Amino acid sequence: MTRFRFLPDDTNIGFMQYAKIAGMISAVMCVASVVLFFAIGLNLGIDFKGGTLVEIRTEQKADIGSLRSKISTLKLGDVELQSFGSDRDVLIRIETQEGGEKQQRKAIERIRTVLGDTVEYRRVEVVGPKVSGELAREGTIAVIVAILAVMVYIWFRFEWQFAIGAVLSLSHDVLLTIGIFAILQIGFGLPIIAAILTIVGYSLNDTVVVYDRVRENLRKFKKKSLHEVIDMSLNQMLRRTILTSVSTLLALGALYSFGGEVLRGFTFTMIWGVVVGTYSSIFIAAPLLLFTGARISEPVKPEGEAEEPV
Amino acid sequence: MFQLSKWKTIPILLTVLFGVIFSSPNLVSKDIRQAYFPEFLNPLVKGLDLQGGTHVVLEVDGKKFKSELLKQLVGDLRHRLRNVVKVRYTGLGVKPGNVVSVTIKNLSDVEKVLPELRKLTIDNSGSGFGDIGQSMGFGGPGANLYDMTVEGNKISFTFVDAGLNAKIGSAIKAIVKILGDRINSLGTTEPTIQRQGVDRILVQVPGLQNSQRLISILGQTAKLKFQLACDTQPTGPNQRPPLDCEAWPQKEYPTQNMWVQTSRKAVVSGEHLVDAQPAFDQRDGQPIVTFRFNTKGGVEFGDLTRKNVGRQFAIVLDGVVMSAPVIQTAILGGSGQISGRFTVPEANDLALVLRSGALPAELTIVEQRSVGPSLGKDSVSAGLNASIIGLIAILAFMLVSYRLFGVFANLALIANLFLLVGILSALGATLTLPGIAGIVLTMGMAVDSNVLVFERIREESRAGRGPLNSIEIGFQRALATILDANITTFIAAVVLFGLGSGPIKGFAVTLGLGILTTVFTAFTFNRLIVAFWVAKKRPKTVPL
Repeated sequence: MTRFRFLPDDTNIGFMQYAKIAGMISAVMCVASVVLFFAIGLNLGIDFKGGTLVEIRTEQKADIGSLRSKISTLKLGDVELQSFGSDRDVLIRIETQEGGEKQQRKAIERIRTVLGDTVEYRRVEVVGPKVSGELAREGTIAVIVAILAVMVYIWFRFEWQFAIGAVLSLSHDVLLTIGIFAILQIGFGLPIIAAILTIVGYSLNDTVVVYDRVRENLRKFKKKSLHEVIDMSLNQMLRRTILTSVSTLLALGALYSFGGEVLRGFTFTMIWGVVVGTYSSIFIAAPLLLFTGARISEPVKPEGEAEEPV
Repeated sequence: MFQLSKWKTIPILLTVLFGVIFSSPNLVSKDIRQAYFPEFLNPLVKGLDLQGGTHVVLEVDGKKFKSELLKQLVGDLRHRLRNVVKVRYTGLGVKPGNVVSVTIKNLSDVEKVLPELRKLTIDNSGSGFGDIGQSMGFGGPGANLYDMTVEGNKISFTFVDAGLNAKIGSAIKAIVKILGDRINSLGTTEPTIQRQGVDRILVQVPGLQNSQRLISILGQTAKLKFQLACDTQPTGPNQRPPLDCEAWPQKEYPTQNMWVQTSRKAVVSGEHLVDAQPAFDQRDGQPIVTFRFNTKGGVEFGDLTRKNVGRQFAIVLDGVVMSAPVIQTAILGGSGQISGRFTVPEANDLALVLRSGALPAELTIVEQRSVGPSLGKDSVSAGLNASIIGLIAILAFMLVSYRLFGVFANLALIANLFLLVGILSALGATLTLPGIAGIVLTMGMAVDSNVLVFERIREESRAGRGPLNSIEIGFQRALATILDANITTFIAAVVLFGLGSGPIKGFAVTLGLGILTTVFTAFTFNRLIVAFWVAKKRPKTVPL
């Protein structure tokens, strides 16, 4: 019986020859993301913008047009309606009403009155301007703190050249994630920050595994050029990279397809992050070692330093 | 040698067994659990997003709180200067920037009033009894609440930050208790009410159907006052009330303010209420609230009504005149009723909040998140489906990729899952929808540790080492990588835990714990299985 194989056995792909072009594409995409972020902006959810979100389920197929015209008679300012998952579920988002907390409650009451009793209210969220400001600030700080924390960790575990490579490729991942959110205008809320932090963790996990191998090979093959060592390491880790990415994508795919509408933005972000993170570990993080000129400082620790007494 | 000694094997197996035992309550129905399971085995607690419920964050209105305190200080100052020290003064009032100042007419009187006024700089009650509270010996925190400065014959008071914060702190303590009473009388189970940060209170009520009602009873300060109406009443909007009067809007005539008296003799406060019940007016059948005073309140209320028969008085609730009846006869029994065109639920809620007492500070709702039970149910089944499908997909993928070693990886993955769910259940952690996502993601990423080991074994074996040697070295060399790789994700999870609230925190918890169990299984159980296989089969080659 021959073994079913979809994994390459011994590859010898010259990844580094694509590094330049990949680097240029990535640089362009990063710049584009920043431009899009400032030009179009993110579709900030109520977590960060404040306002009210109501998820309703209608008895029959929801007629978004008529729901919209009903709600627009209330003059609640900026109102957004969108189908949410099934054709009976609708998400209504209204901006923060002037006149404080009582007015937010009144707005919900008025929506309830105008939509009638046949509508089921599945979710109501109200975030005041003060809280949303705090959440936006804390979310940004969290992402920056996470990146700094892992940078320090890599710096301790590896050399500074590795830390710079890791952080640049992480920032690349985060920027591209923000870019895709600006293009697709998916609601950007607190769960997305959670997803971005997870991407930071995952993408770094990938990068660290590659760096680990680069470091090991640098010690083993002192005669080889850094260029060759990086290519060799990437090839050695290719099977692992594919296996882990696929299994993580399987888990995320299951969540995306079956985990319900509430999780969809969150899982989408992570799927995007796994794809971008895997790409960046190979084509950004590894080649960056060439630019920073990674070396292993002597004295070299003996092989098998990580031996665990089991 | 690669074999594990018994005294290492047994703890490993016991740990996995622990995971299985503590996860087991999640796998059986409630009936079976109650019939056969011991009490310390509990399933995961479902978060608000999975069982439905309401999450509310309330904030003390600091501006109002301060201005109330200052108003009270002005009242106390007036009382002392006028009735205790008996000096002539001018310009007493609250000035911009939270300053209260007063000018004593005769410079020679200043020395006389200072000792008396200095008493007011100390927080005398913590409960809003003001001057009376101090004279009656209500022991407050005794903190220095105001700074008093004297310039010539002008005396000013400003807040001391520490004293103010202590005051807010004790107010929040009281609020937590009062809100607890109010929520409990809704008959809900296991509400959580806790202080959050300096001036916020978090309220979580699981499984509540009517979030609107919860919001309305939480938001009411329920400060009730009975105040005599002033002799003159406004003839148009926005008129300034005369001295010793204040203007309040009226519930029944929203366009028309009413002027009521503020002097001590003309006001009875609702803090003396001992009971309040919803009822119906015997004359017109309208919903009303009846109330009863304690002895002190009864006497005060009796005095007020006896001396003012034929005059109008206002029932003022949270700054709105509910109704303003004319006093027909003295009300001496210490009980009365409030009407105000209430609906039946309004009357019920008003009685409820009056019974629990007035909040010592006004609250604003700064965040509210309610999930209906049907969405919660949908989320549970969606999460469950995604977990099962994700698990099957990963198991199949590993089996196809590694065959025999895929079986090992799958056993390790299942053990890992039991451990994770077991620990979460044993800790009494709350499972949220993002938390479920964290578990599924853990399954996807946990495989990585096996992959790293297997690939390393494969490489060593292809480099010409014998099977036992390859396995041995493969495990050794992969472990450092596994640790390095997982610590980064763990750091992200810790940051996330610090940031998050509610559902997001649930995700951080499962992700972080998932990493711990993954590393543990990789170092122990995974190795145990391979060691067992090696001992049994004595393989000549490694099937990788």
